[in-house]
Amino acid sequence: MKVTIEVNGRSTVEEVEDRTLLVHYLRDTLGLTATNVGCDTTSCGACTVLLDGESVKSCTVLAAQADGHRVTTVEGLTGEGGELHPVQRAFSNQHGLQCGFCTPGMIMASVSILAENPKPTRQEVREALEGNLCRCTGYHNIVSAVMEASGQEVDG
Amino acid sequence: MIPVGFSYRRASTVDEAVGLLGEYGDEGKLLAGGHSLLPLMKLRLAAPEVLVDIAPLADLRYVRTDGDTVAIGALSRYHDLHHDEVLRQHAPLLAHVAGAIGDPQVRHRGTIGGSLAHADAAADLPAALLASDGVLVAQGPGGRREIPAGEFFLDPFTTALQPDELLVEIRVPGQDGVGWAFEKFTRRSIDWAIVGVAVLGQSVGLINMAGTPIRATRVEEALAGGANPAEAAELAAEGTSPPDEPHASAAYRQHLARVLTGRALERAAGRVPAGL
Repeated sequence: MKVTIEVNGRSTVEEVEDRTLLVHYLRDTLGLTATNVGCDTTSCGACTVLLDGESVKSCTVLAAQADGHRVTTVEGLTGEGGELHPVQRAFSNQHGLQCGFCTPGMIMASVSILAENPKPTRQEVREALEGNLCRCTGYHNIVSAVMEASGQEVDG
Repeated sequence: MIPVGFSYRRASTVDEAVGLLGEYGDEGKLLAGGHSLLPLMKLRLAAPEVLVDIAPLADLRYVRTDGDTVAIGALSRYHDLHHDEVLRQHAPLLAHVAGAIGDPQVRHRGTIGGSLAHADAAADLPAALLASDGVLVAQGPGGRREIPAGEFFLDPFTTALQPDELLVEIRVPGQDGVGWAFEKFTRRSIDWAIVGVAVLGQSVGLINMAGTPIRATRVEEALAGGANPAEAAELAAEGTSPPDEPHASAAYRQHLARVLTGRALERAAGRVPAGL
């Protein structure tokens, strides 16, 4: 089938198999490989992207379901001049990553969290990141990064 | 993991969805949020030949009051339900349970109709709907019919829906002023319940204590007979047949059912009904 999906502000039109998963559309069809496939079972959140501005796990969405909709990946957060998005900058400042595999999903989940709750507490950030696993267990600095990105005191 | 090949169809009206279901019979499956069906298809535990996507039916996304009843459109997502002011006020048990399912990403996709039609005994909403004395409204080629929640869940992953019927609405009596509580025991916060309990007044729904969601009828009878929550909760495992698995034996689950029912009944009895 032919799908038309706005990805990072750009209209993409591609012929795909009906069973194509959104994450494979992004990685294999479009070559946007920042979005990782982790568990591939809707658990780990490494494949999190925004669909119409809301976080989803792209391993459990069909490209067909995104047809006519808007997708944002971590590549789409960076400004045209290469300047980092506030959430990306905060992850860098707070060292909110260790191996980096979960980071694209963590950042996209965090963008969605802050869109819904711009001034969360540390506890609320922890709860809202329940769908993203960091196997390095680097959660403390990830929570700090989200707090910095929200413009609040990091230590709470 | 990639599903077995299938044909993707999209319905833009309820009548069109019913028509497509009639056309494809047992080979067709409805796709709403896809968060129960797609994982099964990726594991190749399910391989429908045709998926009928009903996500475009935006008019099935609503919560409204109808007299003393709360009516919920079947395509309402867990995220919608958790944040809906009407539901939080008039059916707070369901609003709370919707917010306890999975994680934010799952709640952005999963729908109440999808969860109920999938009928997993380990899912949260089916047991909460049982405790709420809910009614499911199905639409088929002959029109609409209402199915009480107590008659809807027949067997594991099997409901009273006909192959050419589609859930369109879920109705529950208003829960204003009724104590409620929800207890769920999981390994990680995003996991399916090992055991869960939904309490509304003196109604008790159990998650993962049989092949289908069930009511804890012995507990309810004891409460009606004047037993206190602790006494009634001792009966929570009576008549249950929970899964017996290496990480959670049947006996362990029965213990959990008694403990969680006790906590839920105490909490429901003490809760100020208005808040979440």
